[in-house]
Amino acid sequence: MSLSLLLVQTLNGLQFGVLLFLIAAGLTLVFGVMDFINLAHGVQYMLGAYLAVMFYALTGNFLIALVLALAAALVFGLLLEFLVFRHLYERDHLEQVIATLGIILFLNQGVKVVWGAAPLNLPIPDMLSGTIVLMPGILYPVWRLVIIGSGLGVGLILYLLVTQTRVGMLVRAGATNARIVSALGVDIRRLFMIVFGFGTMLAAFAGVMIAPILSVEPGMGDTVLILAFVVIVIGGIGSMRGAFIAALLIGLVDTLGRSFAIDILRLVMPPSPARTVGPAIASMLIYVLMALVLYFRPAGLFPVRGR
Amino acid sequence: MAKVLMTTVAAVALMVGQAQGPAQAQEKLKVGVITTLSGPAAVLGQQLRNGLQLSLKHSDGKWGGREVQLIVEDDELKPDVAVSKAKALIDRDKVDFVVGPIFSNILVAIMKPVTDGGAFLISPNAGTSNFAGKDCNANFFVTSYQNDQNHEVMGKYAQDAGLKKVFLMAPNYPAGKDSIAGFKRYYKGELADEVYVPLGQLDYSAELSKIAASGADAVFVFLPGGMGVNFVKQFRQAGLADKVKFLSAFTVDESTLPAQKEAALGFFGGANWAPNLDNPQNKKFVADYEKEYSGAIPATYAFQAYDAGLLIDGALKATGGKTDNKDALRAALAKAPFTSLRGAFKFGSNHYPIQDFYQVKVVQVGDKFATSIDKKVFTNYTDPYAKDCPMK
Repeated sequence: MSLSLLLVQTLNGLQFGVLLFLIAAGLTLVFGVMDFINLAHGVQYMLGAYLAVMFYALTGNFLIALVLALAAALVFGLLLEFLVFRHLYERDHLEQVIATLGIILFLNQGVKVVWGAAPLNLPIPDMLSGTIVLMPGILYPVWRLVIIGSGLGVGLILYLLVTQTRVGMLVRAGATNARIVSALGVDIRRLFMIVFGFGTMLAAFAGVMIAPILSVEPGMGDTVLILAFVVIVIGGIGSMRGAFIAALLIGLVDTLGRSFAIDILRLVMPPSPARTVGPAIASMLIYVLMALVLYFRPAGLFPVRGR
Repeated sequence: MAKVLMTTVAAVALMVGQAQGPAQAQEKLKVGVITTLSGPAAVLGQQLRNGLQLSLKHSDGKWGGREVQLIVEDDELKPDVAVSKAKALIDRDKVDFVVGPIFSNILVAIMKPVTDGGAFLISPNAGTSNFAGKDCNANFFVTSYQNDQNHEVMGKYAQDAGLKKVFLMAPNYPAGKDSIAGFKRYYKGELADEVYVPLGQLDYSAELSKIAASGADAVFVFLPGGMGVNFVKQFRQAGLADKVKFLSAFTVDESTLPAQKEAALGFFGGANWAPNLDNPQNKKFVADYEKEYSGAIPATYAFQAYDAGLLIDGALKATGGKTDNKDALRAALAKAPFTSLRGAFKFGSNHYPIQDFYQVKVVQVGDKFATSIDKKVFTNYTDPYAKDCPMK
């Protein structure tokens, strides 16, 4: 367990955390502001990746594909809002869960009908496809640094939007008490639509950015969705800052746990049981973390005031 | 009253019709297919179905001179679903053969319902160790391999090539453990590390950094489906492909290569077949498969299903198309009366194949990617469990 390995794994954890943030940001916005449980957030992430693959095949340019995919995802998200979600805002959480679960099943099957069941591939843009030498002997893919950079960039933009703009102010107010905001004469439906569209685009953006690293396949959003929920629960539902900190925390804990659990256990037990117990403990770590946070701070690390 | 009369007449007519059934010319042969057609693994199940359908098409829709009706069922990769569909095939459809499945956990589930129900089960992919050894079954035939063997191929190759230090990685479930055990059965060199990842893991950045830091001269991985797609891309992106030899089983094949593309070029796998295996029958199979299924190159799943079709056809020809004498049919099946696409093929006493195994390498064919035979590793290789099988 050398120092350089620790550094690289920290960077890996950071990259994973940033990705989780991109997904969780949209989820926490929608959940926090609209009090709407959107399980379909994961398939919107998947859809972003699929659309990017399609537009890349048509245009051959990653940037154009990214822009077109985001636009298409936005249109599709608003369509879903109009057709399905709009009718569910007043309903209780159970009905929202069932309806959005239906969307998951529908879209997972839908992409299989349209694009086939085989995993697809989105190449990295040529100029960003190399590796750079971090330290002698340790290479790091440029694209992963791009993901970290773009995630931090999105985080900054979100921060400015939420704290410095009028819409951001309404979003914050809506997260605290949507009824009062509505009573003060704000068109809450329109605000919901903006928030929802923005959340969809964030999910799609995460899907496009990760597509060159992961295989694009039906169901790719399902595992990510669970992690995104863990993030927003730890961070405090509706809190952008909470989502950011929690995402990085989970990314680091998960990655470092996976890399070093066995080595740490070896210090206290023989190698063979350590090899068996290590991976089991590593995959539990983030849920243990969630349980601990919920025990000491039931509303998450950064609870939205007034809830 | 008239209604009752009508019903009676209809019932009598039905009974007469049934009684006449066997006297008519041979009825259609019913063959059930249990394969995975939903979820991320659907691409493997489709290959199975396509391979079997192509096999039937090449023999003009007839096996052993009888018209064939294929009844395809999706097991959804759920053992309970597979069991109820298998029972339906036996009880409702009265099939004589069931071909399937892809996954070993499904095989274990449907074994009893199918073989106890009087049908022959022919697995074109899954080949667990228990059914190869002490639990071997007279009505069960495998046209693929015993599960350990492709991993053993890589272990043997690593040993023979004199690799000094190998990093092993597999998912944390029974088949993953078997894979590593299979590799280690032949590889006796130093292990850099042995890592088990959660099944379905997407991002391998932590493991890749470990591989880079371990100083291994090769990795051996068993990461089927989407896991392999992700790992191969990330392995290439991390700049490891030029330094560390990539050995694998079920990780780079024609079902994953459309997504891995250039990233997998030059990577190695262990297999019992590759699309470029040089015999006229295989060439026709690969060309027709590509033509029939929108340009997709067949993987082992498709070829093994094709062979399953040839096996049924050959055995029925030997019995004159009859399926009522199970002992005669079983004896005919056990002789493997067909020319396999892989060339030399026969069944061992446990009804698992005795065949050659190859180290295969990913190459580019036109604008597509496929595995290609690099080196024969085992000749007429019998699986290590056959000796525990009580059948002789």
